[in-house]
Amino acid sequence: MAVMTMIQAITQALDLELARDEKVLLFGEDVGQSGGVFRATDGLQKKYGDQRVFDTPLAESGIAGLATGLGLQGFRPIAEIQFFGFVFEAMDEIAGQAARMRYRSGGRYTCPVVYRAPFGGGVKTPELHADSLEGILMQTPGLKVVIPSNPYDAKGLLISAIRDNDPVFFLEHMKLYRSFKQEVPEEAYTIPLGKANVVREGKDVTIVTYGAMVNTAVQAAETWAKTRGITAEVIDLRTISPIDIETIASSVKKTHRAVVLQEAQRTSGVAAEIVAQINEQAMFYLEAPILRITAPDTVFPYAQIEDEWLPTQTRVIEGLEKVLSM
Amino acid sequence: MSAVLETKPTQFLQILDIDGNVKNSDWMPKLSDQELRNLMHKMVFTRIWDGRAVKLTRQGRLGFYAPVAGQEASMLGSEAATNKEDFLLPSYRDIPQSVWHGLPLYQAFLYSRGHQHGGQIPEGVNVLMPQIIIGAQIVQTTGVAMAFKLRHEKRVAFTYIGDGGTSQGDFYEGINFAGAYQVPAVFIVQNNQFAISVPVRLQTAAQTLASKAVAAGIPSMQVDGMDVLAVYAATKQSVDRAREGAGPSLIETITFRYGPHTMSGDDPTRYRTKDMEQEWQLKDPLVRFRKFLEAKGLWSDRDEESTIEEAKTAVSEALAKADSYPKMTVAGLIDQMFEKLPDDLIVQRAEYASEEGR
Repeated sequence: MAVMTMIQAITQALDLELARDEKVLLFGEDVGQSGGVFRATDGLQKKYGDQRVFDTPLAESGIAGLATGLGLQGFRPIAEIQFFGFVFEAMDEIAGQAARMRYRSGGRYTCPVVYRAPFGGGVKTPELHADSLEGILMQTPGLKVVIPSNPYDAKGLLISAIRDNDPVFFLEHMKLYRSFKQEVPEEAYTIPLGKANVVREGKDVTIVTYGAMVNTAVQAAETWAKTRGITAEVIDLRTISPIDIETIASSVKKTHRAVVLQEAQRTSGVAAEIVAQINEQAMFYLEAPILRITAPDTVFPYAQIEDEWLPTQTRVIEGLEKVLSM
Repeated sequence: MSAVLETKPTQFLQILDIDGNVKNSDWMPKLSDQELRNLMHKMVFTRIWDGRAVKLTRQGRLGFYAPVAGQEASMLGSEAATNKEDFLLPSYRDIPQSVWHGLPLYQAFLYSRGHQHGGQIPEGVNVLMPQIIIGAQIVQTTGVAMAFKLRHEKRVAFTYIGDGGTSQGDFYEGINFAGAYQVPAVFIVQNNQFAISVPVRLQTAAQTLASKAVAAGIPSMQVDGMDVLAVYAATKQSVDRAREGAGPSLIETITFRYGPHTMSGDDPTRYRTKDMEQEWQLKDPLVRFRKFLEAKGLWSDRDEESTIEEAKTAVSEALAKADSYPKMTVAGLIDQMFEKLPDDLIVQRAEYASEEGR
């Protein structure tokens, strides 16, 4: 089995699906000739031609609208939004158009588009590149939202997203692109959307998280186990819409305590939704209130203070101690 | 040395003057007598249906409705120049084009009433649901047209937007993408002088809306939108060249809506004068074309009366069919969110399905 980074796993998923289905198209700013600003689409235009892998003019709504129109006509467009912070420019075409197509037409038209975008803190980008805006997408009926935490998942989830017959937003954390490698099968495989993954088993508290925070959670859990002899279960959501509440609830019923960890700001969004759903599904199993460990409710910070703004392992351990002491 | 700043106006095409005389025989489209009669038939039929729809809305028997009287030539002259395989992306006022392109009239009424079946375009009808967001149809048209180009199909995507819509970012993005990729798209700007209440002079300093295409590098033309032959001829040229692979183009039709923006409370007396309305009524597309056809012996009072009767009957039948169409359920709506419902929606569906007894 090959060992690869997440960006390599993503490139391979795109490559395999372009080869498998000629209806798959790939486009966005700089994705063709240059192979993408992160090289996620490196070599793909050369391999599949500029009719299937192509550069677009620099306009996000135009890109997303192109995807809507092509999706309506039976293609499977993969549209890259160069950085997630630019998604505001394209929100009508995503939330107002593609995600409503099946509903608006009573099932006559569908829009099997995949939007890909890099996001996530810790890499010191300029403003509106790194923001965790997934909560906005999560509140969009008709849209699935996927956030992988490692190379293996990224490949299997992206292939599932491309084969899905409804629109899917696929978010790629920039810090994970090249930070570690993992064994990834060369062939195509799928990981079902909407299924969470228990990445570390434990019995004393459940940490629900996703994206780059999965690693932070696992490290905190390991440190905590060594220093305190207490075990935390870590759940990687993998898909934030729909949420796999079944996996979360069964873990909470076992551990009786939960924290939700996210890079995004505190109010609304994924963590708030998880807390609400745990209350609905497992309230009477809880021995302590559920705690959110998040960034504060400010605009995503200036690069110099990014590391302090994002949840750290120390803050996670403090949170775990707090929940355990209640 | 000094540079000269220029804003280049585009040409204005008129074939018939307001008395129905041919002013420009070079552009006279090659239409058979029957095709000419069909154009008149569609315009009269639509005028009657529009009048009925306005009344029905006042009676509470229709919901959302944007009147079309005054714009028949602009709407139907252009649609008539397309093939049924060509794909229409309408805005909310472009219901007549949708219907003449194949959407059953009863579904147009269901759309007005806010019933999902209004958007369930029948198989084989190449029409999208009416667009509410101003400009979204423009970027999508480029995508649909690209699909035709990629599949080497000789089909054209065509769309409509109003004068105010040309101020939207999506308008510029869509026509610019279309030019960059040279896709078979035709953009029709129906300049009916007001975006709800705001006049064109407050929208832009551009001398014509057609000239906005210059920046996208696509050819454009301004036509008399009250002259059905001019609209047809211009659209036919655009559709033919798109079909032959010569790329997108844009047409601005100069027209006027006699009624309010929609039937939901707009009062045109707040923003335009009676004089202005009367001035436009002198240019009426039906009057002008009727005179032209009568002079050729192609239209009579009997034709007019039979078309009016036909339209009244069709509206009554469509309304009866809309009335008898089954009501929606919330559970049924939930079923249309995804190909396969996720678990959380299955739970939510069950809550409504039990209330609704299904």
